[in-house]
Amino acid sequence: MSHNVHGHPQMDVQVERKFVPKVKDLGPDVNWAQINKDVLRSLEKPRPVFWIIFFSALALFSFGVYCEVYQYQNGMGVADLNNPQVWGLYIATFIFWIGMGHSGTLLSALLHIIHADWRKPIYRYSEAMTTFTLLTAALFVMVHMGRLWEFYYVVAYPNERWTWPNFTSPLVWDATAIGTYLTSSLLFLYMGMIPDLAICRDNAKGARRALYKFLSLGWQGTDRQWGNFKVAYMTMACFLMPLAVSVHSIVSTDFAVSQNPGWHVTSFPPYFVLGALYSGCSGIITLFIVLRYVFRFEAYMTQPILNKLIKMTFAIAMVWTYLDLIEYATTWYGSDEVAKADLLYRATGDYALQFWGMIFCAMVMPFTLLIRYVRHNYTVLLIISLILNVGMWLERFQIITPTFAKSHYPWTWTAGWWPSWVQWGIVAGSFGWFTMLFMLYCKIFPSVSMYEVKEMVHEQNLEGKAMAHANPESEQAPVGLLEGGQA
Amino acid sequence: MSKKAVTLALYADPDEAGNALRELRDCSVPGFKMDDVIIKSPIDHPELTELLNHRPVYIQLFTLLGVLLGPTTGLVLIASAQASFIYQTRGGRPIVPFPPDMVLTYELFILSGVLMTVISTFVAMKLPGNRSPLYNASVSEDKIGILVKAEAQNIPHIDEILRRHNPTEIKGDHSR
Repeated sequence: MSHNVHGHPQMDVQVERKFVPKVKDLGPDVNWAQINKDVLRSLEKPRPVFWIIFFSALALFSFGVYCEVYQYQNGMGVADLNNPQVWGLYIATFIFWIGMGHSGTLLSALLHIIHADWRKPIYRYSEAMTTFTLLTAALFVMVHMGRLWEFYYVVAYPNERWTWPNFTSPLVWDATAIGTYLTSSLLFLYMGMIPDLAICRDNAKGARRALYKFLSLGWQGTDRQWGNFKVAYMTMACFLMPLAVSVHSIVSTDFAVSQNPGWHVTSFPPYFVLGALYSGCSGIITLFIVLRYVFRFEAYMTQPILNKLIKMTFAIAMVWTYLDLIEYATTWYGSDEVAKADLLYRATGDYALQFWGMIFCAMVMPFTLLIRYVRHNYTVLLIISLILNVGMWLERFQIITPTFAKSHYPWTWTAGWWPSWVQWGIVAGSFGWFTMLFMLYCKIFPSVSMYEVKEMVHEQNLEGKAMAHANPESEQAPVGLLEGGQA
Repeated sequence: MSKKAVTLALYADPDEAGNALRELRDCSVPGFKMDDVIIKSPIDHPELTELLNHRPVYIQLFTLLGVLLGPTTGLVLIASAQASFIYQTRGGRPIVPFPPDMVLTYELFILSGVLMTVISTFVAMKLPGNRSPLYNASVSEDKIGILVKAEAQNIPHIDEILRRHNPTEIKGDHSR
């Protein structure tokens, strides 16, 4: 027995250092040439279900267009929008789509900054989701206005008739924030795609080649281009993080700075940001499962990556639940009797079904993500991810409708108000519009980042070499098959 | 002045490409500089790039310019628009209220930062531009290309160094 530096006796124990390989996100058979082949194949021949999804979305979108034209020709009355129910489904769905768009770019930027490599196979389609959800959300501002030709009034600009926009209005902030977010997200998506567009250019023919050649701008992958690209991409990620938080905080001020019961809540900005992240993460899970099947991305969209995505979604769902309950508690124990009555009306009044539906879908259902069977059964997981988003849509509905239905003044009460078929048609059409755009994007542009997946493979190889060098007697464990066996 | 020529070697193994770069760096070919070496690869290889002479990136300076100019210009535009209202019906409240104006100023801070970053990146990457005649599509797939520009009479020596590290292919454009 020997003694340590403090003079205390210590056992002489031989410590054997062992290197335990961590769970790899990609399978062992993935190589660089195969990545190009698999992703480029997705641009050529998806499964037939792609066309079923695409044409179903097109049909839904066409119905939405019909409803919009009908509303345009007959006036907003056909939507049953009248004082005080002036927002209806349009603004509820606007917030839903803005929220859906939150996770894509925000999570991509956040995970890029903290070097979470598992984002690499899934960030491209998440960012595309952001872009198309923002485009969908922007449509609702116009649909809600009715007078499409006066859309420019929501943008902060001076005009020659001296009717300046109100720069202190959250609606003007909203338009600016969403415009900034859309521009920045689009540039972030495009910048990240340039190396992959060059790969497409080098392998395509005909009109596609011309398109990719134009968009890839002559990228050659030189060391100077990579050096500048990496710095620029990281800088943009740093900008997008606070931008994404500011956008949904500003959307929440549309409500929080007003005096309406149920809206004048201090915790609304973080509550909205978390709600947006939550619905966005659920949307990413839904699209993960769809793209994995439709484009045969099993080698890249693996179970370890899905597990991380699910864990993150669950954590965000719990924080959102906490903030929602805090909002109820603050109202219940506060001294604002009208707000308290509004809360009771939500839970027991005409919209109780939507309220409790939201509680069940968005607060209770996330707990099913803790079950291993759910995480590994893609059909069940797809259904649950859709239910989570139904819950988040109901949350937006029950923020708006009950408050307008029973506000401060009894003579404005419109208890039992229900949106007309025109509103439902336009909302359905928006889902068709988003799905159609997204599927078209995935058919034309690589929805998995080829160069970043190659980086993952390269880093896995370097780790493997380092491990073999440090511990030459150990056998390299097969990567990617350590959890679930579905890599 | 003697004629310049270009040669491109393609490697399947990054380690071999690294060894080739090290030998080029240490070689004593007259008139040859590491500044004349370009790496082309499907991903960023910092471990190879560090073998070249330091190539600085100036994008952050333009980003800084963007984040300084954007919000300043934005705030001036917003405040001057508010100050030039014909009818000031503010009911005693400030005509140029800075706290709410900060929201739009903040958004312009982000927007101008992003735009300046993107524009300066394209300028620094020389995009849009034409690909070099020696561009090989395999550098966007799985090969690492080392492109060297040197005096035409030194190219055989350079090729010999590159060939010692098992390239999959060497091709040259000696017509420059």
